[in-house]
Amino acid sequence: MAAINRDDVAHLARLAHIEMSADELDRMAVELAVIVDSVKSVSEAAGEDVPATSHPIPLTNVFREDVVGHTFTAEQALSGAPDAYENRFKVPAILDED
Amino acid sequence: MSVDATLSFEEAMEKYDPVLGIEVHVELNTKTKMFSSAPNVFGDEPNTNVNEVDLGMPGVLPVVNKTAVESSIKIGLALNCKIAESCRFARKNYFYPDTPKNFQTSQYDEPIAYDGYLDIELEDGTVFRVEIERAHMEEDAGKLTHMGGAAGRIQGADYSLVDYNRSGVPLVEIVTKPIEGAGSRAPELAKAYVAAVREIVKNLGVSDAKMERGNVRCDANVSLRPHGRERFGIRSETKNVNSLRAVEHAVRYEIQRHAAVLDSGEPVIQETRHWHEDTRSTTSGRPKSDADDYRYFPEPDLVPVVASREWVEELRATLPEPPAERRKRLKEAWGYSDLEFRDVVNAGVMDSIEETISAGASADVARKWWMGEIVGRAKVADVDPSELGVTPQVIVELNKLVEDGKINNKMATQVLDGVLAGEGTPEEIVEKRGLAVVSDDGPLLEAIDAALAAQPDVAEKIRGGKVQAIGAIVGGVMKATRGQADAGRVRELILQKLGVEG
Repeated sequence: MAAINRDDVAHLARLAHIEMSADELDRMAVELAVIVDSVKSVSEAAGEDVPATSHPIPLTNVFREDVVGHTFTAEQALSGAPDAYENRFKVPAILDED
Repeated sequence: MSVDATLSFEEAMEKYDPVLGIEVHVELNTKTKMFSSAPNVFGDEPNTNVNEVDLGMPGVLPVVNKTAVESSIKIGLALNCKIAESCRFARKNYFYPDTPKNFQTSQYDEPIAYDGYLDIELEDGTVFRVEIERAHMEEDAGKLTHMGGAAGRIQGADYSLVDYNRSGVPLVEIVTKPIEGAGSRAPELAKAYVAAVREIVKNLGVSDAKMERGNVRCDANVSLRPHGRERFGIRSETKNVNSLRAVEHAVRYEIQRHAAVLDSGEPVIQETRHWHEDTRSTTSGRPKSDADDYRYFPEPDLVPVVASREWVEELRATLPEPPAERRKRLKEAWGYSDLEFRDVVNAGVMDSIEETISAGASADVARKWWMGEIVGRAKVADVDPSELGVTPQVIVELNKLVEDGKINNKMATQVLDGVLAGEGTPEEIVEKRGLAVVSDDGPLLEAIDAALAAQPDVAEKIRGGKVQAIGAIVGGVMKATRGQADAGRVRELILQKLGVEG
């Protein structure tokens, strides 16, 4: 049985701010279910003795010394902004949270 | 805006048992950001302390600041935490313009420090242990300014302006376990706990720890349950509680509000509340919902942090004296009595006094000014004493003016008022307000002649060797000069005039 259904897809689409039509939700539910099942078969191949990993290469502690490097000017920082005011990004008021 | 009903604190305490949970965010004072080499500096021109990493440009590679990791481990150790052998960063996904990446890089199931505690001493000496759940590393978000609408609040704003200078500043978030059993002392304990954390991070030198600048920020979770019930009630999370006094007030207010809700037979709504210093109350933010599904997953651009036991022990060896021990040492060094020292600590001026002493004042002079003058003025102004605007240097200068005989103690308090009114340095204020004691001997000699002439019998006594009678003449001179004379100098001049040895 697929681990993902149409409601899950609608929920994820809302969280990800992706607008999807009813047709798209139907199609995506089927396609994502296939992907989830595929991942599941990979999971089955790994035994209890294989720890979960987020990185394929066993690197740790890649650090940077605390030394100031380059910065942008405000003009550079704002050069791709859709709108700006007084050297700040201007965005629509969002009432959702503080 | 409708005002929420509240019960009196006493009634709330009779009926319910409060449980707290406190989250403290500490901004680290590293030179650069958590994942980028842009400077970590407060108060610069907007969007000038940013580079491609802070702006979340596609294809950039964040790199962890080693000093920030070390600072985080130090905080963990100072909070008596275990330090994770290995931990990872995670992405906390949400859409809001304070983060241009649409996620905050944080830690989720693998915090760098966990399972600690802090013993908190309340004002009367009661010690209460607060258990620490975890302390994890993350990054700060950009600063939004809401424009239009009412007074900078988001309600009714037309648009917002974003400055990403703060974006990526290293943060350590410290989360307590549920704090039970504090009873009516819960508000006081909450304040004392945040004060202790602030004191610790300042003492470690890992944060500037200025609450007024947002270096230390607090979210207070409050729930109530009937006495004797084990299960917790539904909690609210109050944000924006950014001074020590506000922590106490916000917890107290929420206890009173929850009690009224429960009394009415309604359930408390699990939601975010916003603290308003002006009305000393909270208002509803947003209810918790599935929008709080942050879809955390391991940050693929950052590799795990492994804290070898050798590294942890090296860092432990660098930890400074814990604040509680420091207090004990300072008390002895300053020679204050138990009561004097406790008053100093409770008034929140121990650090200020220490700074004033290291700026050159004696322990007694520092205490006299902070406890005698500044604490009272701060109370009137309704701010913390250290935020009133008196620097250690001002006190050293004031005291020097008094010791040099340029002004007397009474004038010094007027000069202090001048400093607080923004009139300039003590020296400038003495000048501007014409406060200097009369040190020019000319006017003094005239006043002395007049005083001697007015009391010839006293003058005779002094000439005859009864020097103790001089007070009457000195008094006359002080009166004539409206208190602006240096009494010591007046005495000298009188004796000279009468040809008597002092």
